[in-house]
Amino acid sequence: MSIIFSIVVDGVAYGMILFMISVGLSITMGLMRIINLAHGGFALLGGAAVHVLSVRLGVPFWIASFTAVIIVIVLALVLERLLYRHIYGFGELGQVLATIGIVFLMIATVNLFLGSTILSLGAPQSLTAAVDLGFKTLPLHRVIVILAGFIIMASLWLLMEKTRFGIYLRAAVDNKVAAASLGINTPRVFLAAFAIGAGLAAFGGILGAELLPIEAYYPLRYMVLFLIVVSVGGLGSIPGSFAASLGLGILDTAGRYLLPGTGTIFFFLAITALLALRPQGLMGKAQ
Amino acid sequence: MTSGLAVHGLSKNFGGLQVARNLTLSLPNGARTALIGPNGAGKTTFANLLTGVLKPTSGTILLNGKSVGKMSESERVRAGIAKTFQITNLFRDLTVRENIRLPILERERRTNKVFCHSDGIPELECEIFQLLEDLALTPLADKPVRGLAYGQQRLVELALTLALKPKVLILDEPAAGVPSTESHLIVQAIKRLPADLSVLIIEHDMQLVFEVANRIIVLVNGAILLDGTPQEVISNREVRELYLGADHG
Amino acid sequence: MTNATDQVSIRRKMGRLAPVLPALIVSVAAAIAFILFPYDLAFLTRIVIMMIFVLSFDLILGYAGIATLGHAAMYGCGAYAAGLVSLHLASDPLIGLLAGAVAGALIAWISGCVLLRAQGVALLMISIAVTMVLQETASQARWLTGGADGLAGITVSPLLGMFEFDFVGQVAFVYSVCILIAVLIFCCILASSPFGLALRGIEGSASRMRAIGTPVYRRKVTVYVIAGAIAGIAGALAAQVTGLVGIEVFNFSLSADVMVMLIVGGAGRLYGALVGTLVFMVVHHIAAGIDPFNWLFVIGFMLLIIVFALPKGLISLPDRLVALLRRKP
Ligand SMILES: Nc1ncnc2c1ncn2[C@@H]1O[C@H](COP(=O)(O)OP(=O)(O)O)[C@@H](O)[C@H]1O
Ligand SMILES: [Mg+2]
Repeated sequence: MSIIFSIVVDGVAYGMILFMISVGLSITMGLMRIINLAHGGFALLGGAAVHVLSVRLGVPFWIASFTAVIIVIVLALVLERLLYRHIYGFGELGQVLATIGIVFLMIATVNLFLGSTILSLGAPQSLTAAVDLGFKTLPLHRVIVILAGFIIMASLWLLMEKTRFGIYLRAAVDNKVAAASLGINTPRVFLAAFAIGAGLAAFGGILGAELLPIEAYYPLRYMVLFLIVVSVGGLGSIPGSFAASLGLGILDTAGRYLLPGTGTIFFFLAITALLALRPQGLMGKAQ
Repeated sequence: MTSGLAVHGLSKNFGGLQVARNLTLSLPNGARTALIGPNGAGKTTFANLLTGVLKPTSGTILLNGKSVGKMSESERVRAGIAKTFQITNLFRDLTVRENIRLPILERERRTNKVFCHSDGIPELECEIFQLLEDLALTPLADKPVRGLAYGQQRLVELALTLALKPKVLILDEPAAGVPSTESHLIVQAIKRLPADLSVLIIEHDMQLVFEVANRIIVLVNGAILLDGTPQEVISNREVRELYLGADHG
Repeated sequence: MTNATDQVSIRRKMGRLAPVLPALIVSVAAAIAFILFPYDLAFLTRIVIMMIFVLSFDLILGYAGIATLGHAAMYGCGAYAAGLVSLHLASDPLIGLLAGAVAGALIAWISGCVLLRAQGVALLMISIAVTMVLQETASQARWLTGGADGLAGITVSPLLGMFEFDFVGQVAFVYSVCILIAVLIFCCILASSPFGLALRGIEGSASRMRAIGTPVYRRKVTVYVIAGAIAGIAGALAAQVTGLVGIEVFNFSLSADVMVMLIVGGAGRLYGALVGTLVFMVVHHIAAGIDPFNWLFVIGFMLLIIVFALPKGLISLPDRLVALLRRKP
């Protein structure tokens, strides 16, 4: 009973982190049809910025985190204008290579200034304290991560369903050309979606640092994981990413608890089978 | 058993949109049939159902009495059904000659051969030469297709399909985009085809249709409006109003 | 008609000679390298092995247009097969290579049957997942593979019973170069064969290939198996030359590096694979020698420059320069 509880809590928390980091990738891959291998780099940069602000400059953790997310969003806006805008037009391969190049540059930059060891984010002690739920106790960190995941899912849902931007975005995901011919400023939509995705990745990276520690090689180390979430969920589908993140989070955690060793093998076999049977992912548009 | 292609009760829905409605017709060997109709009538869809690019919602397709329903696209080509694309679909990085060589090698079942040269069989190379001559493509033979004008690409498109020597040849708007000075090449190419071949030509250029076809099928909204000789079609009032009189979309 | 036959026969004579030239160039270059850098033979051998590996990837990516990020799967299986064969069955190096080729082909066939039905991102992901499965299996099956420690102490008997593998690595280098030349000749033959033309057709337009009657999926599986066998040979060579196989042979970064080398050099052209590997490995050697992270700056900028300025790779540089010079005056 208690092990199942642990699996669920850890798995859901892990899934929420995956969701926050990957959802932006899913939107950009669905919208711009770009394979962006550098997406995890935004999580790294967010974490690195928090490290600098809070550990080295003594800024309180929450203020540092907020500032870091803003910094990453600004950086993403600049990168989109300077680089990504041109990369959209490349073929699949060009995209893979250009964005791998960008990842390498991000890793090398972080290493140049901060080295290649694990970066502490200076999170307050209280985060590791236990919360009493009445029948169980949980680390506060898990509770915050899970709550944040639900809040973000809910806000994204509101954003997509209830705002003009959401309508534009969905129209553009559905059919870029038709959306543009309806007078939607698609480059602006792309820019905004990209920046929101990067900001979420940074936020997820910071919150998830306890599970996925921040270090220079972070974007390469977890790249496959993020891509799996996106492709299993279906490119461009927010609920798909949510379902895939939770499912994979729980599956991976369960594998670790119950089948240490062979768990990972089954994890990847399951993904292979799923993608072979449903190449468009759980909730993606059929090609 | 009938020789040639026979279609029975063929229907195709895209979601709620019915694009082929219970089509029944036969394209016997030696026939020169034209399929006309306004844009969106379902002509290309019908061609794609015959070649297996699309699976029908219901209905059967028989080639020489045998069902081709379970055959894949490439198996149908091997059985003798081939078509050109309405929107040119070529190997853009290959030269014109290589483009034509591919279907010929495929027809001869040679594209699985590794230990020989792709241009190693003189008879096949001569065949390419002849096709190039027939379609006035010889001066362009060793240029990559991507550099050709669209009208020239249309002729290469036709050459690829002719190279397959099919029994049933489906031409989807072969003359669209070809300058009128060169459309006679298409007419001549069709006239040179073996007499026992069944040709289905989808075309908006009525002059070309009258030149090559001895039977015309008018398709409107996925259903056959009329099926008869060119004279019958011209004299039909409904067709005149619906199609010939109106703008050729 | 005689004109046609003449043209045809001239073409054919030129075609017959084609595979000899690259083989000649590689032999001469290898001989020069052998004389100029006698103390770097181990590194040169690594380059040669990597060239074989990248050539195999060129067949599937450059010719058939199948983009995967899991080519290490076949390399790794070849390496383990050769290692195991030499440890437990026979120490003859050629038998090891054969084992590597068979293992590479087998895993390519099994995984190819699944992943070649997919396209785009799904294809990339499945190819990655397959490699992960293999890596985890290799790390768990300690009794067979030595787990995370890998297989060590792989030794091979003298080549052809005559040439003992020496410490400096002279035999290993010559041996690898010979295999590279054999693979290169095979790839040249394949490239100019009907099958090679069909692959380029599939790369250009799979839908058109279907419309001319080609069983596209079957052709893709075939080339995937052939490339798998060659990648397996490369892995086997690496195992024999270094005497080690570890689970890093399945690293994602190896698959990514291979793609990078090929695109840097120029995909779809066999020289491109060779040039790309050479440039990548040498630049890596120099930059990483100074500081491993430096290397990431170098390769990062190199990739962006290639993708933005030279999309057809370094091999297209001369053409591009000529075109530029022609336009200027
Ligand atoms: N893959 C498809 N999915 C949905 N609708 C389609 C598809 N292909 C064609 N259609 C629709 O079917 C109708 C017939 O198209 P088509 O066969 O191309 O007409 P035609 O060739 O006579 O101009 C059109 O309304 C078109 O929009
Ligand atoms: Mg049409």
